[in-house]
Amino acid sequence: MMVVCLAASAGCASLPAGNISDPRDPWERYNRVVFDFNDGLDRAVVKPVAQAYRDYVPDLAQKGLRNFFSNLRDVIIAIHQLLQAKPEAAATAGGRVLINTTVGVLGLGDPASAMGLTKTNEDFGQTFGRWGVGPGPYFVLPLLGPSTVRDVVGTVADFSFDPIGSVFEQGTGRTVAYGLIAIDRRKDLLDAQDTIEALSFDRYSGVRDAWLARRRSLVYDGEPPPEKFKED
Amino acid sequence: MNRPLRHVVAVMLLMAGLSSGLQAQSSPDEFIRTISQSVLDDLKADRSLQSGDIERLNVLVERKVMPYVDFQRMTALAVGRNWRAATPEQQRALMQEFRRLLLLTYSGAVRQVNDLTFQVRPVRGKPDDDEIIVRTQVLRPGREPILIDYRMQKSGSSWKIFDLNIMGLWLVEHYRNQFAQVVGASGIDGLTQSLREKNQTLAVSGGSAR
Repeated sequence: MMVVCLAASAGCASLPAGNISDPRDPWERYNRVVFDFNDGLDRAVVKPVAQAYRDYVPDLAQKGLRNFFSNLRDVIIAIHQLLQAKPEAAATAGGRVLINTTVGVLGLGDPASAMGLTKTNEDFGQTFGRWGVGPGPYFVLPLLGPSTVRDVVGTVADFSFDPIGSVFEQGTGRTVAYGLIAIDRRKDLLDAQDTIEALSFDRYSGVRDAWLARRRSLVYDGEPPPEKFKED
Repeated sequence: MNRPLRHVVAVMLLMAGLSSGLQAQSSPDEFIRTISQSVLDDLKADRSLQSGDIERLNVLVERKVMPYVDFQRMTALAVGRNWRAATPEQQRALMQEFRRLLLLTYSGAVRQVNDLTFQVRPVRGKPDDDEIIVRTQVLRPGREPILIDYRMQKSGSSWKIFDLNIMGLWLVEHYRNQFAQVVGASGIDGLTQSLREKNQTLAVSGGSAR
């Protein structure tokens, strides 16, 4: 624990002035340490790599790679839509795979989007949530970042059923694939950096609240039941 | 970290496009559709907006958006119970900085706006409700849409926006939680001050984002 604290360099387990504890985050002290650690690693390595990727890899290559991995994920997304008893959404996701793999040349292009087959976002965490499993406490994973107990289990399942695992043999190929996916995701966040900063006076709780709200919205496909809105 | 948020900022600008041709008595989703389409058109047409010219954006927002946003209510809700304890001068100062913060929040990704299209999702609310949520989505090729919802209140024959939801996050509620920490530690003036500092930092980093 001490080592992690030193590595994180920011004040270990100290909460900011005026901090209001959140019932969704009982492990806040631990989470803040891991959050700071991830942040340090991001600043030192991940972010610079993502910036270089954005600035020096040709746009066409970036788009092709993203589409390719996205097409593999669509296979799993179609299955999740079925598991969530949404046959129409499953047909859409399946249709995307069919069109993008053929017309889109092995998924390098995304003609399906232009045809109105919109990309969706599903994973095991959301499928569990669809059937009533609550998120449980907020939990920041080393390297992977914000999650919840439910979504940690979901993430483990995601990795075991990931089509990237079956397309790429264990070893260099798979490592490169996951590395590219991670860099591509981080690249997306570069443009949102100022937004995230603007949303957060305390970055830890800003990111946490945005993340939990986002996951809740995803579970309900963008139409979560209303929460109480207190008018003061 | 979160899933792609890439176009979020640009997309927030969509709340900005209230065209002058907005019809009275328009239905809530028509109201939002007109706003969003007009903002999108303006953004696509104006290169200096896309390069992140804050002052120009400021003018656009002032002229086309602010008349349709109940900004005082938005700020009051975001500050919570401390709002009423503040003097009119404190409220004015706070509103000015909060407005600036929201402006900087959207300016960052205006450059990304070119390949976006936008749709209103079906409204579930009853048309005679005084308060209604309009759900929209912004489509980006190859990616999941960005969902943006507007919470509006009937104001005479038109509507006033008083909260905005981006990818699941209601901004007023979010800022209320963030502000509560600051107000708890350093009061209303402390909040205005830290808003001002954040705005200065963002103005600097925004200019060198690319």
